[in-house]
Amino acid sequence: MADAAVSTLHALANPARFLKLARPLTPALLVGGWLLLAIGCWAGLTQTPPDYLQGESVRILYIHVPAAWLGMGGWSGLAISSIAFLVWRHPLSHLAARAIALPGATFAAVCLVTGSIWGRPTWGTWWQWDGRLTSMLLLFFVYCGYMALARADADRGGDGRIPALYGIAGTVLLPIIRYSVIWWNTLHQGPSIGLTRSSIAGSILWPLGFTMAGFTLLFAAIVLMRMRTALARVKAEARLRRMARA
Amino acid sequence: MNAWPFIAAAYAVTIGAAAVLTLVSYVAMKRIEK
Repeated sequence: MADAAVSTLHALANPARFLKLARPLTPALLVGGWLLLAIGCWAGLTQTPPDYLQGESVRILYIHVPAAWLGMGGWSGLAISSIAFLVWRHPLSHLAARAIALPGATFAAVCLVTGSIWGRPTWGTWWQWDGRLTSMLLLFFVYCGYMALARADADRGGDGRIPALYGIAGTVLLPIIRYSVIWWNTLHQGPSIGLTRSSIAGSILWPLGFTMAGFTLLFAAIVLMRMRTALARVKAEARLRRMARA
Repeated sequence: MNAWPFIAAAYAVTIGAAAVLTLVSYVAMKRIEK
């Protein structure tokens, strides 16, 4: 399994091979993502019953949870790309890490904003400095730091190692966010959705599968588009340099 | 408290952010790949 993943990574490190795969994949992910998202949002807003305790506001779950998953999953992808760049020197993995940063930061911000909006009718407050909210806010700032560092590194002609190290160091936050509701007595509820079981009733939970899948496909499409943009830019700059030398 | 204005705001923020991100990435890609 791990060998297969590594050999796939090596195969995709070839820009021509990557583009051959990314070109047909991008529209498929885009259409699939928006379609699943539309079904999930429609179902979440109209086809599920209100929660016995939270009432109608539970419907924010269908967008808040995928945003949190992509905020954290995005950083995991960024860190894996950074490791691949440091270990194998794949130039595409550096581009992938940079391409993930903006959508990851956006979904982390969306998670914070939707959580705040959900908190007002549920907890009676927009914000609380508790473990989960504060650690998620820190992740957003860490994303901003990565983007600033990657830009500065590119501007001064750096080799990308410093942003890659920063990307790996940032993973420290992921278990803190995940276990913050267990380690500290927080206003945020404890873990209610796991890979194998959930404490939320199935009649309320099912549209979440659609929005999770939809947002994930959309995130992948956005990353692919940003990688294709970065690759085309590198190619255009190389062409300009060749022309200047000629 | 009526929760629907909060639900509408949360969905608007999320769908809006996803749409803007998609559009900006798509336009940037199409412009440079042309």
